[in-house]
Amino acid sequence: MSCCNCNDTKIDLSLLDAVLDEYAGIPGSLITILQKAQDIYGYLPTSVIYKVADATSCTPAKVMGVATFYTQFRFKPVGKYLIMLCKGTACHVNGSDTIAKTISEELGITDGETTEDGLFSLSFVACLGCCSLSPVMMINDETYGSLTPAKVKEILDDIRHREVQSI
Amino acid sequence: MKIAVGQGSCGIAAGAQKVSDALKKCLEKSGISVGVTGCIGMCWLEPIVDIYDNDNTLHRLVRVSEKDSERIAEAVKTNDFSQVEKLEITDEDNSFLEKQTRIALRNCGIIDPDDINAYVDAGGYSALSKVLNNMSAEDVIEEIKISGLAGRGGAGFPTWFKWNAARQSQGQEKYLICNADEGDPGAFMDRAVIESDPHTLIEGMLIGAFAIGASHAVVYVRAEYPLAIIRLQNAIEQAKKAGFIGENILGSNFSCDFRIKAGAGAFVCGEETALIESLEGNRGMPRLKPPFPAQAGYWHKPSNINNVETFANVAWIISNGGNAFAAMGTPDSKGTKVFALTGKIKRGGLVEIPMGKTLRDVIFDIGGGIRDNKEFKAVQMGGPSGGCIPAHLLDTVIDYKELGKTGAIMGSGGMVVMDESTCMVQMAKFFLDFTAKESCGKCVHCRIGTKRMQEILTRITEGNGKDGDIELLEELCSGIKDGALCGLGQTAPNPVLTTIKYFRNEYEAHINNKKCPAKECRDLLSYEIDSEKCKGCTLCARKCPANAITGQVKSAHIINPSVCIKCGQCAAACKFGAISVK
Repeated sequence: MSCCNCNDTKIDLSLLDAVLDEYAGIPGSLITILQKAQDIYGYLPTSVIYKVADATSCTPAKVMGVATFYTQFRFKPVGKYLIMLCKGTACHVNGSDTIAKTISEELGITDGETTEDGLFSLSFVACLGCCSLSPVMMINDETYGSLTPAKVKEILDDIRHREVQSI
Repeated sequence: MKIAVGQGSCGIAAGAQKVSDALKKCLEKSGISVGVTGCIGMCWLEPIVDIYDNDNTLHRLVRVSEKDSERIAEAVKTNDFSQVEKLEITDEDNSFLEKQTRIALRNCGIIDPDDINAYVDAGGYSALSKVLNNMSAEDVIEEIKISGLAGRGGAGFPTWFKWNAARQSQGQEKYLICNADEGDPGAFMDRAVIESDPHTLIEGMLIGAFAIGASHAVVYVRAEYPLAIIRLQNAIEQAKKAGFIGENILGSNFSCDFRIKAGAGAFVCGEETALIESLEGNRGMPRLKPPFPAQAGYWHKPSNINNVETFANVAWIISNGGNAFAAMGTPDSKGTKVFALTGKIKRGGLVEIPMGKTLRDVIFDIGGGIRDNKEFKAVQMGGPSGGCIPAHLLDTVIDYKELGKTGAIMGSGGMVVMDESTCMVQMAKFFLDFTAKESCGKCVHCRIGTKRMQEILTRITEGNGKDGDIELLEELCSGIKDGALCGLGQTAPNPVLTTIKYFRNEYEAHINNKKCPAKECRDLLSYEIDSEKCKGCTLCARKCPANAITGQVKSAHIINPSVCIKCGQCAAACKFGAISVK
């Protein structure tokens, strides 16, 4: 099976072999395989979708259908820092819209986009379950609560500062 | 001397991990170790450090920061806590816990979630042992029937009935599934239970598996809860080693394996047949019922699905008897219920109370009322399937039937409190944005109806509402209620119906007068400068990103409404309170 996505030329599909060896034979493992694939590549490149389809004897359409159904799966590379902004009820009541606006103004991106330098991606997510600290966002694995526009700017500045220093 | 830092997800977000690391560093040489507990539910006081001194008296230190660590370490080393007196919890804050009755949350924030021995020391796994040694499956189901335990995930269906149906269903291979796909935005008790006391869930599930004759147990956890997955996985490994999971558990004929399946982010997977589809690796779209999961569920085998909080009550009921549980609550709703109290509330967190208390008890007596001394406006219960309950119904008793009468539902226990600054049309729009996005697309009424409702609500909040929009919304609501297959679709109109029912005047103000009474809908606001109060300091004009403000120094300024983008920066900047929002 061939793939038509030119961007996929650099994808090393052999990284997926161990995952497929472990799970492809277990019925109902498609979502688990896609999650592990996303852990490896950061997103789901088209060539990976084809390879998973091949290994699980599903059509690529079925794999794509499942992948697009769930919000966790991404089809474009993400930035080094993935900002997940909670859009749950408590966060809404406590001003998550203002926080979204601040992030957009600071980074020039909105939901589902990545900054040109590849540093930040922004994703709006359903409740993160830290409602008492609303509004809340997660950057990679770290959770930040009780956000204000000033606090958000400070957090983003900190990351940018760290990145500049590490160059 | 025993020290533990509360490290649930929200504690960690508030800085608990850093506090714990700092304390460890300060106490390194003293040989005193710093332990971990889960979430006690007093989220507004995080990070929380619990210290049992040499007399075993508890010192609960709250809102601790890294810079307090040296002082705390000194207090610990000298057993003199006078130096950290200011950090100790106040009696008033402590009453938050004292007014509760904790069953599902009994160990949360008290034991180390990563240590099975801590759970066993707290009486853990004794209920499982009692079941395997002295009870038949029928006895277990009877005890649950006596307790009156009903599904805590939202539907409130009697647990014993589901267990009995799965038990009586023909088939060698059966599955017991836990729904930990806590999708209701605003509810987090399931996360707290798994992160803080994972063995309670495992024990409850094993008892359930024994009762229905299942040899496989699966927990479906949502992907947004990484810490819960890690702690549960660790707990499963420990329980396997201790002989609570696997073949011939505790020497009995009962065998059960146990695994976790991580969800991938889809609200509809909280519906049990959609969850089963997702477990099988498909798009999570609900199945037609019947057959019910008890007859043909996971891989079309008899299956039983309950929510985390439901299972968290089971071991307690077996140990203390169904009658003890049934002694609490109302004739219709037995036992306790956990609520996640959030929004514009002074003391937000997890509250477990016997059924039969009123909303006022929870929001004002336990939660301390509204933040910043504002007026209570409504409480949203039941998430996207629930509704907004207004102030005049604050004395509604917490009971499945009574809450249902208001148009809201008990749901999984999310309680989002709103004050006068929350626009109820925005609230309805928020939920329709959510359901329109999360609709799985199977049923036309839900897929397209929610989208049309979202569009109507959007135009109302933008000042383009039309005469007849309210009636159109009501018509769409009844269409979706009748035309959707699953419970989530059928209840999706509830947030709109309840806000129209109780706050129709707000809808009318938006549509007829193009005004937002709560002053939340930006497009409907207008900013004005009071020429009497304005000193002509020019600050507002300099702050205005649209250059909409003009005026001479030391004379009153004017906002040009056709240029103003209503960002509110001028009002926030004005030191004389001269700028008003209308």
